[in-house]
Amino acid sequence: MIAEVITKRNIIEVKNLVKYYPVLGGVLKRVVAHVRAVDGVSFNINQGETLGLVGESGCGKSTVAHTMIRLLKKTSGTVEFDGKDIFSIKSDELKQMRQNMQIVFQDPYASLDPRLPIGDSIAEGLKIHHLGTKQQQFEQVLAIMKKVGLEDYHAVRYPHEFSGGQRQRIGIARALVLNPKFLVLDEPVSALDVSVQAQVLNLLKQLQQEMGLTYLFVAHNLGVVEHISDRVAVMYLGKIVEITSREQLFLKPMHPYTQALMSAIPVANPKLKKERLILPGDVPSPLNPPSGCRFHPRCPIAREDCKQVEPELRDILPGHQAACHYA
Amino acid sequence: MMENTKPSLLEVQNLVTYYYTDEGVVKAVDGVDFKVYPGEIIGLVGESGCGKSVTSLSIMGLIESPGKIVNGKINFLERNLLELGESEMQNVRGAQISMIFQQPQSSLNPVFTIGSQIEEVFQIHGKISKNEAADKAIELLKLVGIPDAVKKTHAYPHEMSGGQAQRVMIAMALALSPKLLIADEPTTALDVTIQAQILNLLADLRRKFNTSVILITHDLGVIAEMADRVAIMYAGKIIEQSDVQSLFDHPKHPYTRGLIASVPVMGEIKESLDTIPGNVPNLIDLPIGCRFSTRCNAREEYQLEICNKQEPELQRNQKSGHEVRCWLYQDGEGHTAPFKL
Repeated sequence: MIAEVITKRNIIEVKNLVKYYPVLGGVLKRVVAHVRAVDGVSFNINQGETLGLVGESGCGKSTVAHTMIRLLKKTSGTVEFDGKDIFSIKSDELKQMRQNMQIVFQDPYASLDPRLPIGDSIAEGLKIHHLGTKQQQFEQVLAIMKKVGLEDYHAVRYPHEFSGGQRQRIGIARALVLNPKFLVLDEPVSALDVSVQAQVLNLLKQLQQEMGLTYLFVAHNLGVVEHISDRVAVMYLGKIVEITSREQLFLKPMHPYTQALMSAIPVANPKLKKERLILPGDVPSPLNPPSGCRFHPRCPIAREDCKQVEPELRDILPGHQAACHYA
Repeated sequence: MMENTKPSLLEVQNLVTYYYTDEGVVKAVDGVDFKVYPGEIIGLVGESGCGKSVTSLSIMGLIESPGKIVNGKINFLERNLLELGESEMQNVRGAQISMIFQQPQSSLNPVFTIGSQIEEVFQIHGKISKNEAADKAIELLKLVGIPDAVKKTHAYPHEMSGGQAQRVMIAMALALSPKLLIADEPTTALDVTIQAQILNLLADLRRKFNTSVILITHDLGVIAEMADRVAIMYAGKIIEQSDVQSLFDHPKHPYTRGLIASVPVMGEIKESLDTIPGNVPNLIDLPIGCRFSTRCNAREEYQLEICNKQEPELQRNQKSGHEVRCWLYQDGEGHTAPFKL
């Protein structure tokens, strides 16, 4: 136990991250409102682990992922990477840091330049960071391609010649060629067919072990998240509502939203035609989130005070936090 | 489930739909047979490009150039739909067979109100007056669980969420009480909590109206919860067909087994997932013999020689009705099947 505590070093520390998008209106294009995409999110990721970030569309999970590697400007809060606040460092240092934080996007069809052979596409990061000679770069590209399961001759081919699964391998190679420490995976398998999805998930697990990578895995599919994550955070309307270890979350979900989310998933076993906990209504707009607990209009156990008092994320059990007054 | 002796509502026989492109002939659907019985939900499962959507468009008579239905029969209520003229087909489409799609928002016309789009269904099929149509539209919106139905008839599609738009699509599809509803990935674009609502709605409506449903999806979970029978498609052919319980209890085709094993299931933690190697074959240049032979692990395991030479037929267990297209269960020239179906 003690040994475990020592080896579990924080690599990412997100504190109270807030990201609002202004809504402009009127003839003067003044800011009339804000979309509160991310509204006070805190978590940490240990070195070598995978944190799964789940939620439905519009819950802010991708915004968290993009903001924490400074692809978007924050509204407030801090993100520390290896002990340094990534929002306060200057451009040179930031460039350095970017080598260590890479991202793989959801749509492998949209995230590759159609006019660039994929070898050049993978080498782009090395060129931007002036790493090695041309020959060294070339060798590195081939090495990483091999690692993700692509062949040498693929380097001269163009994106349209590849299937979805192979394109996602290219996306992973692009991110890994700089030898990063931390990888954001933003719905990396949701655009893929199931038989190919399993290939990519296995590859990601294998690469993590080989290269000692730390992952933030953003997804809406709980089955996939359970498979790949060590810990899982569940988001609803810009907030984390529950965060704990994978085992704990799937064994004993505490927040009513997490429970409903799990209950809603159709199980591939016709004998288990279970009674579903069906949530009424739609996810409210983050433009004007409900008062008190944001989940209260859809919550099966909401009481009067849930409408007024916003619950804090609190320890329900050791290492298991949920934001609910009655969990 | 017992072998069904009732007359079928729809019978697709040897359907062949090809697309004649500059690169070659895309064999999207290449000899598909299945039946749909009254009141049942049949699931059509497969990965992208397996021909499940082209099958449904063929039934609806919506194949456009360069696509062409080359062969086959689609018998619906004792008529072969492929022999009907366009105006006759228009009477079938929407009234007797209707369809909902994956992207509800893009299936609705953005410049007309929800109400007028539902009323249009009645007016096209020339049944009732404008006022009656308006009343019916409100009734339908209530039926599919749209809150504030009267007000919502004046709303435009952009004012609705994805789940609500899909409810509107379902309302339109059910407007004329069709015998058959084709639902092509109806919940794929929706969040899981909304998907649960829509699946419940479909199951309720099926019970209420005894509508048959062809449910097209790639999600085996949705199939397990909704379908009575399942047909699995691969590269333009049905490779396995049975009742839902038998399919999940005893999947027979190596592809079906691979598909079931490669999905991460909540509550079952595995170190690594089983995978099906390689990719779906190019439909212009299909493998010789069994279409799955290039990715099949059973072929190696049982050292089958015939798989990449000759295509297997759909074999049927007469007792259970379970059908499978694989040399593991079929004798051939110089080949003895290792298993009995």
